[in-house]
Amino acid sequence: MNRTSHPILSMVASRVGLGLLSLLIVSLVIFFSVSLLPGSYASAILGQNATPEAVAALETRLGLDQPAIWRYLSWLAAAATGDLGQSFAGRPVMAVLGPRLLNTITLASITAVIAVPLAITLGVICARFRGRFIDRFLSTSTLASISLPEFFVAYLMMMIFAVKLQWFPSMAGIRNSMDLGEQLYRMVLPILTLLLVILAHMIRNTRAAILSVMSSPYVEMARLKGESEGRVVTRQALPNAIGPIASVVALNLAYLISGVVVIEVVFVYPGVGQAMIDAVRNRDVPVIQACALIFATAYIGFNLLADIVSIVSNPRLLHPR
Amino acid sequence: MAVEPSPAVLEIRDLRIEAKSSDSWSEIVRGVSLSLRKGEVLGLVGESGAGKSTVGLAALGYLRPGARASGGSVRLLDTELLAIPEEERRRLRGTKVAYVAQSAQAAFNPVHRLMDQITMVAVDRGGLSRAEAEKRAVALFTALQLPDPQHFGARYPHQVSGGQLQRAMVAMAMICNPALIVFDEPTTALDVTTQVEVLISIRKVIEEFGVAAIYITHDLAVVAQIAHRVAVLRYGEVVEEAPIASIMDHPEHPYTQSLWAVHEMPANDPAAEGASAAALLSIERLGARFGTFEVLSDIDLRIGRGETVALVGESGSGKSTLGRVIAGLKAPSGGRALFDGAALPPKLRQRPLDLLRRIQIIYQSADTALNPRQTVRAIVGRPLALYQGLRGAAREKRLIELLRMVELDESHAERLPGQLSGGQKQRVAIARALAAGPELIICDEITSALDKVVQADVLRMMIGLKERLGVSYLFITHDIEVVRAIADRVVVMQHGRIVEQGEKDRVFAPPHEPYTERLLASVPDMAVGWLDRIIAARVA
Amino acid sequence: MDQSIDARPAPPSRLTRARRLLATAPFTARLGMVLVAIYAFVAIFAPWIAPYGEVEVVSRIPFDGWSAQHLLGTDQLGRDFLSRLIFGARNSISIALVTTMISFGLGCLLGVFSALIGGFVDQAISRFVDALMSVPDLIFILMILSIFGNSIPNLILIIAVLTSTRFFRISRAAALNVASLDFVEAARVRGESLLWISIHEVFPNVLPLILSELGMRFCFIFLSIAALSFLGVGIQPPLAEWGSMVRDNAALINMGDITPLIPAASIALLAIAVNFVVDWLLNRASGLNEEG
Repeated sequence: MNRTSHPILSMVASRVGLGLLSLLIVSLVIFFSVSLLPGSYASAILGQNATPEAVAALETRLGLDQPAIWRYLSWLAAAATGDLGQSFAGRPVMAVLGPRLLNTITLASITAVIAVPLAITLGVICARFRGRFIDRFLSTSTLASISLPEFFVAYLMMMIFAVKLQWFPSMAGIRNSMDLGEQLYRMVLPILTLLLVILAHMIRNTRAAILSVMSSPYVEMARLKGESEGRVVTRQALPNAIGPIASVVALNLAYLISGVVVIEVVFVYPGVGQAMIDAVRNRDVPVIQACALIFATAYIGFNLLADIVSIVSNPRLLHPR
Repeated sequence: MAVEPSPAVLEIRDLRIEAKSSDSWSEIVRGVSLSLRKGEVLGLVGESGAGKSTVGLAALGYLRPGARASGGSVRLLDTELLAIPEEERRRLRGTKVAYVAQSAQAAFNPVHRLMDQITMVAVDRGGLSRAEAEKRAVALFTALQLPDPQHFGARYPHQVSGGQLQRAMVAMAMICNPALIVFDEPTTALDVTTQVEVLISIRKVIEEFGVAAIYITHDLAVVAQIAHRVAVLRYGEVVEEAPIASIMDHPEHPYTQSLWAVHEMPANDPAAEGASAAALLSIERLGARFGTFEVLSDIDLRIGRGETVALVGESGSGKSTLGRVIAGLKAPSGGRALFDGAALPPKLRQRPLDLLRRIQIIYQSADTALNPRQTVRAIVGRPLALYQGLRGAAREKRLIELLRMVELDESHAERLPGQLSGGQKQRVAIARALAAGPELIICDEITSALDKVVQADVLRMMIGLKERLGVSYLFITHDIEVVRAIADRVVVMQHGRIVEQGEKDRVFAPPHEPYTERLLASVPDMAVGWLDRIIAARVA
Repeated sequence: MDQSIDARPAPPSRLTRARRLLATAPFTARLGMVLVAIYAFVAIFAPWIAPYGEVEVVSRIPFDGWSAQHLLGTDQLGRDFLSRLIFGARNSISIALVTTMISFGLGCLLGVFSALIGGFVDQAISRFVDALMSVPDLIFILMILSIFGNSIPNLILIIAVLTSTRFFRISRAAALNVASLDFVEAARVRGESLLWISIHEVFPNVLPLILSELGMRFCFIFLSIAALSFLGVGIQPPLAEWGSMVRDNAALINMGDITPLIPAASIALLAIAVNFVVDWLLNRASGLNEEG
């Protein structure tokens, strides 16, 4: 084969391009929504001390007298190098968020490592034994559990495992001074809660993705070739359901980074979510913008990954005529 | 039946199968008995819903979800399939009895290579090593006349053509040398010119390997080329079973006779003088494209008043696109169209309501062409209100007239499409087109989803309506029999171009254009021995 | 041939059909419907059911335990917990309902409009919606609320706009899909107006999908508002809201008191009930597709 470029490369490239475009639009929205702030940005920072002179001085210092588009571009350029500016409290945003981002990522990774294989396995089991007890049990209980508010699950866990059984601490305030074992021990309840929340979603979608393929003629053909039901699900249906499964996994991973806000608050876990809530209460706009940008990047990144997985898992694209 | 020395491969006795439909079980196979010896091919003929596939699958001991066997026996070699557990039945499938599905495109898994899918059973349960299984597969590819048999298996299903894929499925069925193969309409989804090739291959391997086969089809002409014996199935019962020659020569059961309904329709007399009649539609040098791909080029076509022009071609020939261009659904990329002497605006939006009224379209599938949530009254009544402004009693009166014209009556007016049979739905669609009072009706494969008897009835009705109302038809079809029955003039299309057109008698009589020749030669005769002649002619 | 069908009695009336439909509903769906009805009743008649007023301080003891006078005790300010729970139903449900309706109207209008116009406008709107959807909702809401300040109209507007992206997506897809159906094409060839086609041909066929999407989005919005209030940036005091009731009384949990879990459970139960009904609707819709 002497082709200059495989069609799959151009498809992946165009997805990456779309992802970058999305990121660009999001950054525009994030940046310019601030200019909608009632009253000026500088008087918001200064709060009570906003004398006209102080405001003018601050505006010059922050470069607010520059045109908006110029400020946007320099903000974007700085953000690309990891510099997210100064918080209202006067510290560099990255210094505030950096360690917390690490905590959130740790929590999310541990949960993901447990949740993804478990959810896919359980989803496959549901599809394999559809209509039987195990499937009906899991389908109904996951349906119920996706309806639960996260703080309900979190407090329930706390009530049972921390207050009644006293197995784990109810507060997950980890510090660097603690050893790894201690840190993990304190993270058990948040992880358990996160698991319950995302497992349900992933199990349901894995099952649905497989079942939607199970009515294909090639699945019946496999049965007519005498293939066992287990292999029909794993060998015939599962490979064809990779695309949709990848996208639901991506969605949940993105959620793990961003949607943990409530759970971090309940367990007082020092993550980015917690930081964002504090920033929102103090209306610390640069920190909020930075959080939104980080979360959006994670979201777009995971979705992009899922898109690429589903392109690569499609034999029509992978092996063109 | 006399006891034969060679033992039966398959023995079905008084088989009864029930299917669940909204809480109650109803019998869909009612006491079918069949038997098959080594090397014998049994044709199973019947229309959609007759239970052919259900019986065919029962030969593998397989019932579709929602079906259950309520009585009788299915004996494969020495095993009673209905008496053993599913696990044992499963082991027999693929090794002792195999299946060839209607659409190979759908029945091959898109993510696995052909070779893996074909050899899987042989490696898993056929006791062959991978290398042995692949060697056998290559031998089968060669026997089935597949191109480049050594490397054919390395491809994915989407990388080979429909006809090749269908033959690959035959190879997959043969891989373990089963005693019985069930062919379920293996050529129905193919174009006629491809169908011949696949039929020849199937015939060849059946003879070469001496396998017994059940060949399921709705097409008597096809089964006449392949089967030794034929069982005719209707409403889950065998109404007639006989050697193929005797069925073809003396069908006894009235139902079997009705399968000739379209075939035996008298060829219509071409309209008095098609060519001299005033032109209703004339098209010159019309072209159309999807993106940069040219779907139609250089189309010259003329339809006279009261004339039926049949547009013939295989899938992808552009015949339906031409219909859509005339209907205004697709804008042409060039050329000129005159309707009743005035220029026909290319886009739907540019056409005045009265022009829309004069050109109507009827679709292949009435299932998708009728809104499932509207009653027949609403469906047929709408054009009356829209074009003629009829309301109340006047509309109701006209509605009933129209329903009668299409051989329905007022009792159908309250029904939803879901409460009608396939033929009735298509009649409603026809009534809706007639309600407009059109001058040209574009009929896009309107009979191809219908059973033979219904097809003949609908065609007869269409001919009657044309005579009564003086409308013109553009009849888009792939079915040569339909063309014979209804057309005044024939237009043959290939690759978006018209290869031949003219009076029906002239197009159907030699000398032909090469493509028309191939097309006509590919349509099986309703007689035994047609395929033999084709094969003989090729060898010679 | 089809004479057997002709013998069928006249089609049943709408009411009988509805009754039959209900009879086929699984247990979970019927349970869901009963629960939704109960919640609606409580929400509508809150002032008559609640033993005390919404913001009435009835006891000098905050966090008072369960008693005959105050069945679920009192909250952090000494207000009757049960009464706040009942008024909470009214506030939480009505705000979520209004938000759902606004976002439904906005999303569907824009979706159908975008699909029909097509071309550059459609591409631009779609790209923008994609971008909005690529920011996690909760984060976006937090950001906007922190900028505009958290009042109930702001809350409703922001959530409605964000949620309308989902309605935009499905209504646009539905409009594009349905437009390719033969009976819609037939209506176009007949010369029907777009409005007529939407009302008579399209809408009745997408209704079950829209209903189930409405149910799902209601749940989502309801849960989002609860989560925001729980975080202290949603509905503000003194209005009774279930999410903020959990937050205000969370301290009790560490003492082993389950009272703060009751509003949380009330949220969960309503969401479960709605989801059970939605699940049944979705199953029915897909079942219909298989038959047709």
